[in-house]
Amino acid sequence: MLSFVARRLFSALLTIALSSVLIFLALQALPGDVASQILGRDATPEAVATLREQLDLDQPAWQRYLEWVGGAVTGDLGTSLASGEPVATEVGLHLRNTLLIAVVTILVAVTLSVVLGVLAGLYRDRWPDTLISGLSLVGMSVPEFVVATLLVLALSITVPVLPAVVLDGPSASIGELLPAVWLPAAALGVAMTAYIVRMARTSVIDVMAGEFVTTATLKGLGRWRVVTRHALPSALLPTLNVIAMNVAWLVGGVVVVENVFNYPGVGSLMLQAVHNRDLPMLQAIALISAAVYVLCNLAADLGAMALNPRLRTREQVGTR
Amino acid sequence: MSGTRAETTGRRGTFAGLLGALRGSTTAWVGVALVAAHLLLALLAPLIAPYSPVENDPANALAGPGWEHWAGTDQYGRDVLSRVLHGGRYALAVSFGATVLAVALGTVIGCVVALRGGWLDNLVMRVMDAVLSIPPVLALLVVVTVLGAGPLVIVLAVSLVYTPAVTRVVRAAAQGVAPSDYVTAARVRGERTTSILFREVLPNIVDVVCVEFAMRASWVILLISSLSFLGFGANPPTPDWGLMVAENRTAITVVPMASLAPIIALATLVVGLNLAADGLSKAWGVDRVRKGRA
Repeated sequence: MLSFVARRLFSALLTIALSSVLIFLALQALPGDVASQILGRDATPEAVATLREQLDLDQPAWQRYLEWVGGAVTGDLGTSLASGEPVATEVGLHLRNTLLIAVVTILVAVTLSVVLGVLAGLYRDRWPDTLISGLSLVGMSVPEFVVATLLVLALSITVPVLPAVVLDGPSASIGELLPAVWLPAAALGVAMTAYIVRMARTSVIDVMAGEFVTTATLKGLGRWRVVTRHALPSALLPTLNVIAMNVAWLVGGVVVVENVFNYPGVGSLMLQAVHNRDLPMLQAIALISAAVYVLCNLAADLGAMALNPRLRTREQVGTR
Repeated sequence: MSGTRAETTGRRGTFAGLLGALRGSTTAWVGVALVAAHLLLALLAPLIAPYSPVENDPANALAGPGWEHWAGTDQYGRDVLSRVLHGGRYALAVSFGATVLAVALGTVIGCVVALRGGWLDNLVMRVMDAVLSIPPVLALLVVVTVLGAGPLVIVLAVSLVYTPAVTRVVRAAAQGVAPSDYVTAARVRGERTTSILFREVLPNIVDVVCVEFAMRASWVILLISSLSFLGFGANPPTPDWGLMVAENRTAITVVPMASLAPIIALATLVVGLNLAADGLSKAWGVDRVRKGRA
């Protein structure tokens, strides 16, 4: 089992390393010289050459890659081309704000969806199931910007209780940002909830048909006890994976939702960096997103293994 | 999943199988009908749209729904209904183009690595995993800023971004087929990999590929419309649903239909695709729910 954990860890590290190579190569391949772009069209060739030297652009690509990765490991992600600030500081500040949304989204979405999913599973094909399944189908069919737009219409314009646009800067305190978190989190959470509801419903139906549940019922246990003690733990297991997958999707949704609400998080930072062609910033954000994705999948696999002893011996798991 | 597949030999033809699945499942039927309706409206858009989708008419700007303009007009006086109808052409063409390409690429790569196995399989799947870890939105934003927002650029970029996920799904399905006797028999007969792929493996994973196609198409549509919404997709004044919501969002209290009409169009199309994917996967016994979004 230890060797499995070690192998899984190693494979996660390898994936992150490969992603860093891909990210570096892809962004290097962008046409246009960064130095001449910063200086504008009127720059003298000497000035461009000096800036290229300052930015280390005259060094071979592999050397710059090693320097970048070396720096990234020690927490130095370079200097933003747009603001001149260290990338790590800026990304860190925006990351904190995005994490605030992410934590609220995940907590609310996971709790709500597990409850709804289990309800739908237990009342299979009766009205609570039809209602919940129908809603989740719609939930997964509308993009974040639509949910965000409708939420603003409902809760900022028709009944003005929550702000439609965040006016705080990235360094605002968590207390100041808190009222602005709810609408973005709700917009992000709808699709996530929908996916987890479907997953939880399916696994509850599977598990309730299992022999150990029949045994527990025949033993004379009450329905509530059968569900909470016997069925739920097994039913929630596969849900972990879907949650991990959705965390990766959140990164994309965050860009849209932060744009709609003008929320000062990583998504807004990413859009700015794309506009400014701020390579060090883009590289850093891409690397961090890749690491988050890989770590979430790792956590889901290890979590599933901890909860289900059978997975520890099966070969298949390692290949994911 | 793989166990049952290995036992079912002699499947009916693809089209017959699809019809059979449709007959057996109301969900799939409703879904396919919704998508077909969208396709038909998109095809007929130039004939049935009452106005030009891009022509400004300042005298009639910000009009509510009425006899002249069924869904009202936007801030430039453009007819919302005509823009929604024409927007379907763009959404369907770009999304289906990208999905077809991604599914085709992913299917071929997935089948080949599953059949070959060994170091090739390891190498390809490692790279695919690395690509999967990079958020699609970020990759697309960068590609679009560099190469411009042409439909062709978006089709190619989206299909590249989604190929790894399709590859993973198809590879898993093909691995279920690869050890079966008829594949071994074909190998023993000395048939080439391409022939084994197209004649033995592919016909037996057609159901997985179809469900994957419907699911993937729904995500591609959502992704591309989000891209347009952010201003990185279709260029104005192209009629595009995401772009329309972005343009009319600020005037939502004045002309709600200008934002709601594209939203309804987008939602019905994606609901249709999801219903089709649900119905088909249920009819064919392909596990859809467990996969989440990737």
